[in-house]
Amino acid sequence: MYRTKDGKEIFVLDGHTHFWDGSPENQANVHGKQFIDCFYAYHTNLSPETELWEKSKFEKYSADDVYRDLFVDGPDDMAIIQSTYLNDFYKNGFSSIERSSAMASRHPERFIVNGSFDPRDGEKALEYIHYMKENFDIQGVKMYTAEWNGDSKGWALNDPAAYKCFELCDKLGIRNIHVHKGPTIIPLNKDAFDVHDVDHAATDFQNLNWIIEHCGLPRLDDFCWIATQETNVYAGLAVALPFIHSRPRYFGEVISELLWWVGEDKLLFGSDYAIWTPAWIVDQFWNYQIPEDISAERSGVQLTDDIKEKILGLNAAQLYNIDVAAKLQQLNASPIQIAAE
Amino acid sequence: MLHEVQQSELALVVWEQLENVSDPELDEPITDMGFVERVDVLNAEKVEVDFRLPTYWCSPNFAFLMAFGIKQEVAELSWVRDVTVTLKDHCFDDKVNAGVNGNRCFDEVFSQYCNGESLEAVKLKFLEKAFIRRQETILLAMQQIGYSAEEIVSMKLSEFDRIEFQGEEERKQKPRYRSLLISHGLAFLSKDPVFVTWSGNRIEPDNLRQHLSELRSVRINMEFNGALCRGLQSSRYKEVEIGPDGPTLVDFIHGRVPPRDAGSV
Repeated sequence: MYRTKDGKEIFVLDGHTHFWDGSPENQANVHGKQFIDCFYAYHTNLSPETELWEKSKFEKYSADDVYRDLFVDGPDDMAIIQSTYLNDFYKNGFSSIERSSAMASRHPERFIVNGSFDPRDGEKALEYIHYMKENFDIQGVKMYTAEWNGDSKGWALNDPAAYKCFELCDKLGIRNIHVHKGPTIIPLNKDAFDVHDVDHAATDFQNLNWIIEHCGLPRLDDFCWIATQETNVYAGLAVALPFIHSRPRYFGEVISELLWWVGEDKLLFGSDYAIWTPAWIVDQFWNYQIPEDISAERSGVQLTDDIKEKILGLNAAQLYNIDVAAKLQQLNASPIQIAAE
Repeated sequence: MLHEVQQSELALVVWEQLENVSDPELDEPITDMGFVERVDVLNAEKVEVDFRLPTYWCSPNFAFLMAFGIKQEVAELSWVRDVTVTLKDHCFDDKVNAGVNGNRCFDEVFSQYCNGESLEAVKLKFLEKAFIRRQETILLAMQQIGYSAEEIVSMKLSEFDRIEFQGEEERKQKPRYRSLLISHGLAFLSKDPVFVTWSGNRIEPDNLRQHLSELRSVRINMEFNGALCRGLQSSRYKEVEIGPDGPTLVDFIHGRVPPRDAGSV
């Protein structure tokens, strides 16, 4: 929970976090090494100096680290852990649902673990969705359209094979589809920046919520346009948020566009842990105001306390059917402590 | 000795020539960005250039554009007989290197590896982005000085040439904006309007604000890449060491030569 200077308690649901293993032991090849190296460069480049980690810890951190960084030192009340496999790069997957769920099982009241699948696996993908629902009762998935798979260097949300998977998600009640549409970590034949497939998928699957992580940057204008047309498209702020520290005016421009086009009810906080830790991001976000000249270009949009509260937790709570008052009562009944090693 | 002096002077000439190659996304010379790692001149006629991008995953079409740009610019020097360009530590490096140093035409190589895209079309797309970014900088500076929308949209090339900007960024962008305006045929005579759209249309005074808003949205996207790119370039191959005084960034690259020094080796 984040406590403001005047004592107000703000519910924080961190919409985008990972429990990964990018260590050399788990790397399958040079791509695996380069992938975690690139994440580490994001970390060193956009974090405040006091928040920097050593490389070895960044490659593989412990369940205790997660608990401490998010809930003890950090203001999160709950966190969504996303699964990302990258099976071509990592022997046991980069962040698998099994490993994340084992970690989360120590504090199940605080974690939502999402699954992931690759539509290019065909029938196997459908079987895997059943497996995740039955064994982990997932409510959401994380999609990585630029993931490599054999000869394929990417896929689109509106590929026929993907539609079969989303039909199954809809049937099983897996409603929250998080999609990585952001900086191109893995660039390829398919344009990893392109967000137009979101438009098709969101129109064709009205029951599903489409949460576009990294809000489509660097295609913010395309994304804003699509999100404005579709009522079930949301923006995850992971990666956009850290700019609040290194380039606050730039962050102001991005958030102004999002508030203007997408709206205050459809923006979701995400720290992108462990690339960044939530403590400094939430604190800076709470104390941030859009510079006046930037806000004036968008009819004076501003981040009021109410809007910040929505972004930090209330919006995501709605998507995941969390009764915030009851949840806070439950969490307050079991005080935060570091579990024994 | 004389031979060595000559080689290093020629290397410097190559470095200067490389200032003409820009990162298409950032609209900044690759030499300023620190992408070029090594320039060597052999027998006063053969040039080798190594470059490296901010990440292993930088988009292949940018990598191809820069590799082709390097080869073309260096080949324009009259004494150069042969140019070898090497992209290092990139997920597509073997294909880029084979493509740029082979005998096939760039269009064909680019189309094969970049999803059938046309090299000219991609170049043009990035020129447009550069134009937009340069124009926005100038327009905002003019508004700040106090020019009205009417004055701005009706400004002629000759009047524009007489303006002296104070800010560093607009001083830098003024000649760059002008040169793109001329080379793309958007203005030619001293009486031609200097602020038009990339398609050559006049801007109505009432539409200037909307026009600026469109320029801004393009810039927001470019800046995202730019900020990440610059940051990643400075952090690549660096690790954090937690010492007694807290964390510091330690450059642990062995044998990496700073660009300018490399020219005088």
